[in-house]
Amino acid sequence: MTLVLRGVRPYGEDAVDIVIADGVIVDLAAPGSADGEIVDADGLVALPGFVDLHTHLREPGREDAETVLTGSRAAALGGFTCVHAMANTSPVADTAGVVEQVWRLGQEAALVDVRPVGAVTVGLAGERMAELGAMAGSAAEVRVFSDDGKCVHDAVLMRRALEYVKAFDGVVAQHAQEPRLTEHAQMNESELSGRLGLAGWPAVAEEAIIARDVLLAQHVGSRVHICHLSTAGSVEIVRWAKSRGIDVTAEVTPHHLVLTEDLVATYDPMFKVNPPLRTAADVAALRAALADGTIDIIATDHAPHPHEDKDCEWAAAAMGMLGLETAFGVAMETMVAPGLLSWRALAQRMSVAPARIGRVRTQGHDLVPGAIANIAVVDPSGTYVVDPMRLSSKSRNTPYAGRELPGRVVHTIYAGTPTVLDGALA
Amino acid sequence: MRHLLSAADLSRGDAVLILDTAAELASVTDRSIKKLPTLRGRTVVNLFFEDSTRTRISFELAAKRLSADVINFAAKGSSVSKGESLKDTALTLEAMGADAVVIRHGASGAPHRLATSDWIQGSVINAGDGTHEHPTQALLDAFTLRHHLRDGSGDLAGLRVAIVGDILHSRVARSNVLLLQTLGADVTLVAPPTLMPLGVESWPCRFSYRIDEVLPDVDAVMMLRVQAERMQDAYFPSALEYSRLFGLDAARMAHLPEHAIVMHPGPMNRGMEISADVADSPRAVMVEQVANGVSVRMAVLYLLLGGRQEETS
Amino acid sequence: MEARARIVLDDADIGRAIRRIAHEIVEKARGSEDLLLLGIPTRGVALAHRIATAIDEIEGTHVPVGSLDITLYRDDLRLRPARALEETSIPAEGVDGRIVVLVDDVLFSGRTVRAALDALNDIGRPAAVRLAVLVDRGHRELPIRPDYVGKNLPTSLEEQVRVALIEVDGTDQVTIGEEAR
Repeated sequence: MTLVLRGVRPYGEDAVDIVIADGVIVDLAAPGSADGEIVDADGLVALPGFVDLHTHLREPGREDAETVLTGSRAAALGGFTCVHAMANTSPVADTAGVVEQVWRLGQEAALVDVRPVGAVTVGLAGERMAELGAMAGSAAEVRVFSDDGKCVHDAVLMRRALEYVKAFDGVVAQHAQEPRLTEHAQMNESELSGRLGLAGWPAVAEEAIIARDVLLAQHVGSRVHICHLSTAGSVEIVRWAKSRGIDVTAEVTPHHLVLTEDLVATYDPMFKVNPPLRTAADVAALRAALADGTIDIIATDHAPHPHEDKDCEWAAAAMGMLGLETAFGVAMETMVAPGLLSWRALAQRMSVAPARIGRVRTQGHDLVPGAIANIAVVDPSGTYVVDPMRLSSKSRNTPYAGRELPGRVVHTIYAGTPTVLDGALA
Repeated sequence: MRHLLSAADLSRGDAVLILDTAAELASVTDRSIKKLPTLRGRTVVNLFFEDSTRTRISFELAAKRLSADVINFAAKGSSVSKGESLKDTALTLEAMGADAVVIRHGASGAPHRLATSDWIQGSVINAGDGTHEHPTQALLDAFTLRHHLRDGSGDLAGLRVAIVGDILHSRVARSNVLLLQTLGADVTLVAPPTLMPLGVESWPCRFSYRIDEVLPDVDAVMMLRVQAERMQDAYFPSALEYSRLFGLDAARMAHLPEHAIVMHPGPMNRGMEISADVADSPRAVMVEQVANGVSVRMAVLYLLLGGRQEETS
Repeated sequence: MEARARIVLDDADIGRAIRRIAHEIVEKARGSEDLLLLGIPTRGVALAHRIATAIDEIEGTHVPVGSLDITLYRDDLRLRPARALEETSIPAEGVDGRIVVLVDDVLFSGRTVRAALDALNDIGRPAAVRLAVLVDRGHRELPIRPDYVGKNLPTSLEEQVRVALIEVDGTDQVTIGEEAR
């Protein structure tokens, strides 16, 4: 069976019919010329399906917040064709058994590639290395390892992990947070945290770990990935490391590209996240770094939490916010609309580079004949108002409620099959 | 005004109105019948997630002197780590028809959350939240300053006040900086750099690391409680060193101008931030601060509950 | 405000009314020894001082004067936003055993006087309480009557009686007019 994306503009360029057969792009034909099952995409922009290197699907353990299935739906609706499921589940994804379970659930949902991330240390406790080799060799073929939520703060353990994963071309994704400097931390440490009487999470707690880890990576000749980089200082360190040839990659979340710490003054826990929302100067530095490639990718850090974990006082609230369904809109608003990223560059940041970092061979292909047909079709002219109740995620903790975002995701094609058509699950 | 959450919510006019009202209400204390019928039929709930007997009884007395029904709800021990207790408690109080909730909570912003949520309709009065604010304490301090150092009326223009101690963790300091500045006073914070909040340079006040340079030029000094446990977090090396460098003893007090008064929000750590002879000296006005607390809280309750309550927006 | 305000008492009329009230108070109290005047803010206080001065001239004594704010005793507090309090100052002599004369500018529904009686009750136990007003405009809603009246002024409910006194308003006069709609 042949699927035709009629009149679509790859990377916003000239309109074509993208012809898909057997899960593969077989032709870019003149618009209106191809036959098959027609999906109207007239004037819409086609991008390679988005790949998220940082997703919390919460299963197993917190199925009240999200499941692999509901998270996969949210991902597909957000234009994603691949997500990396973080390891901080219950039980922790620190064995081949757990990562294979998550991987299988992803296969069953069959809406996106679900690539489990393996924990670096047993139980995320930061003490003993988990069986990284077993996870890499499992059916889940884990390549990304992270204690995300916690920092691998022991320098020796970090060094060993960086070295160990070289055997299977893996990468350690570091949640950079010096634990002692951030005890009881509630928000960015700043003049505002002083005024609000909330314990501060200083930028240096992130920057010190990144500085150490890029030096460790250089020392042992490994690659290292920095999760959710959030400060201007971190940008400087990564820029310096890259200039020295250190194999470091970095991600930024959509929320750190658009939201700032002053939202905390509302004491509304929807804005509580780790790392915390920073200053406008940090946001500007992050956008610039994403534009110039210092920061390689956008990763959502999609972190669903049940209502009761947000419907409470700030200090008691869980950290984290939803991201999958709004990531493209935020990227459009903050990067594409202001001209900081072209469509092709955005495709790099949201698809090609994350697939490369995660070593996902079937994702992040350019939209050319022969490529596996993972495609996000977006409407750059449309806008929508974010309604938490209309999100597909099992949780509602979006910080964008009521906010108008540009850039609707219209269709998502996953391995040649539509998962989303006209903004709804196919 | 529907709630009192932060001293920052008060304009100069609001603050002076509260102080003037408190001054009128203070006279009730001197009468044989220390009660006014004003809040008859209104229900005030003291919702205390932290122990603070002195603040609670001050609010309780204030509400009772205005004839309100008072319910004390000590929620300490309930699972504050899991926050639904605040919401569920609030819903319970709402169902019982609370007209005002006086809340003391360990989490900064909890009163704000209570007031902006749809959990309750009544007024919310912040009786101390985490390391954020304690606006009625600042009001009673301003009242005490005005009584002693001004003629008991108007604002505090030009008054010089030093606040000494653990500024970083002090809700009293935060509320006082905001309120005293609104009233025209000139505030200087004094603390070791470790106990000074980041970004204090942009607060509406001065700051210093050396108490001896500040004392000769102030009209009042407010000593804050410093918990000896702070030294375990390396905020200062020892209680002894803190007390030597920042404590107020008789020798230091002698450097204050003749007319200057010594204040403390209580409870005092005698021998730590304040020596016993200073605490018991005639310049110390702690007992008055307590009495003024009742008047100021009566004024706040009257102004929030005494008239038609503003509609929920 | 009022399109057609008519002066019903001028400064001379007010002066005469005050002197007459002073005489009547002294006469009824058989002297001025136990008297204590409490004005109800704002204009009642000014009137109380004037009456006290008149009594002092008659008797050659010094009648204590105070003010009694009734805001906290009002029965209509909930109808309006919370009001600022006026000063209450009870002379050092206290009210116990004294003949307290409450002084107000206009007597209308009687609710203010009711509140004043309640307030007085919390302060002490006078031997007697009397009521002096500059104008009684009728329309009582409570069983309260004045003991001393400057002028009885029949009004309709729509009319507005305004008392201006030099101490507060810079001029002495009582006017009556249609309420501006």
